[in-house]
Amino acid sequence: MNAIELYLTLGIAVFLLSLHGLMTLYDPIRRLIAVNLMGAGTFLVMVSLARRSEVPDPVLHALVVTGLVVAISATAFALRLIIAGSKNDKTDSGGGNRKP
Amino acid sequence: MINTITDVLGWSFMLAGSAFFVTAALGLLRFPDLYSRLHAVTKTDTLGLGLLALGLALLDPSWRSCLILLLVWMLVMASGAVNCQLLARFNLEQEEGRHGGDGHQTGESDDA
Amino acid sequence: MTPELLPDLTLSLLLLIMAWGALYAPQRSDAMTLFIAFGVVVALIWARLDAPDLALAEAAIGAGLTGVLLMHAARALPDELHQDYRTASYWGALGFTVVASLMFLVHLLYDDSLFNAGLLDTESDLTPRLRTLADAAVPESGVEHPVTAVLLNFRAWDTLLELLVLLFALGGLRQLFPSGQSDDSATTASWPESMTLMSAWTRVLAPLLVVTGGYLLWRGSSAPGGAFQAGSLLAAAAVILRLTGLLPPLRWSSLWLRLSVVAGALFFLAVAAATAIWGDGWLTYPGAYSGLLIISIEIFATLSIAITLSLLVIGEQEDLRS
Repeated sequence: MNAIELYLTLGIAVFLLSLHGLMTLYDPIRRLIAVNLMGAGTFLVMVSLARRSEVPDPVLHALVVTGLVVAISATAFALRLIIAGSKNDKTDSGGGNRKP
Repeated sequence: MINTITDVLGWSFMLAGSAFFVTAALGLLRFPDLYSRLHAVTKTDTLGLGLLALGLALLDPSWRSCLILLLVWMLVMASGAVNCQLLARFNLEQEEGRHGGDGHQTGESDDA
Repeated sequence: MTPELLPDLTLSLLLLIMAWGALYAPQRSDAMTLFIAFGVVVALIWARLDAPDLALAEAAIGAGLTGVLLMHAARALPDELHQDYRTASYWGALGFTVVASLMFLVHLLYDDSLFNAGLLDTESDLTPRLRTLADAAVPESGVEHPVTAVLLNFRAWDTLLELLVLLFALGGLRQLFPSGQSDDSATTASWPESMTLMSAWTRVLAPLLVVTGGYLLWRGSSAPGGAFQAGSLLAAAAVILRLTGLLPPLRWSSLWLRLSVVAGALFFLAVAAATAIWGDGWLTYPGAYSGLLIISIEIFATLSIAITLSLLVIGEQEDLRS
């Protein structure tokens, strides 16, 4: 086992953990965090694949840099949607009557 | 000969610095309220990071890396001190606003 | 198992703890804090994996801006609902993750089909061939740093589309604010006493951030750094200045603001159209000017990224609709 295999597995583990979180958690903020963690797991897999050769693969690194910026803009927009939604349905209190 | 002495000194400074970080973590976990936790974290962090930087500078004594380490240390020390003050003052204001609140804090597991 | 693996194992364990806490911490504020700490650990892992570009970007975006974003949003949100379901799903999450990751690891270690399929073989599969192509072409791209060359020359399309994604996110955000005047007192800062220290510290920090951002932009053509890292640092400077009230609202009605928001994408598109009409093709830079073109695109992109990100993070009614 070397560092690349370790980080590949770590990326998969983070992805799966947060996928489970995304499926079972109800709080919208936690779900948003879960989506972000899934993204981080994917980036981990990509970057550890980029590390296979002596000089790391610039193509994958560039893709991940792009992905980071896209991830934060999507997160910002989603957060504002959540806030706007919670302001709009104060009577419903965010679907509070659902049971898992 | 000079090399080995500076190496030993550098490594022992780094060990001491890491020990300070361990005590900071312990304090964060064990201390009862926000103020003493902040005290633990900022005091030992400043000293611990200073020792780490000193040790690293001894291990790599080119003036460029020494300067960089000094800058890093000063920046982290300043931001640590300011952040500690900000958190403490904000918390104090909140408690005074509640007129003798019970000192209940969230954030038990920060950086645990 | 070698001793060199020890820091990696520590970082992995730390990352898993942070991820677990960010999902399942009892208090939502703790979960957010641990998510920020997760960003810091990820930045360390990027540094460990020889990806300094990513470490810089992650430290600025993942650990810095995301933190402000979440904390800023947390004040506008109601308390968390659904406190009662959580104990049940702990074991499910743990079991699911551990079993599936172990299966993957065992597959990785004891089954060589992944090697046969070329996933882990550095010589034979497709991506390294792409990489060799990219490495061979870097001297002709106009910049020396391979990641910047890929971002702004070989795969400039991606970067252009990414600037458009930022624009779309900002456009979507504007739609959430009604065009009429309605004040939103919950989101305006009111720190009576800690304010003085905060603004004093901001006056020190913001110039440092601007200098560092400019340095990263300038350095990006030959070393790790570039438009995204510089843009997010500048955005961080704008955010702290705006939060302490040292910067007036970034009025959307100002022509300069709107121009700087679209400057990156517009300039990029202009270059693309010019190369398509007079040059060798869409976004194929003429060799002699490619370095200059890349730098100018990066400068405009930095400006756009900085303004757009700061608006996305802290933009309010008065910033976006006045």
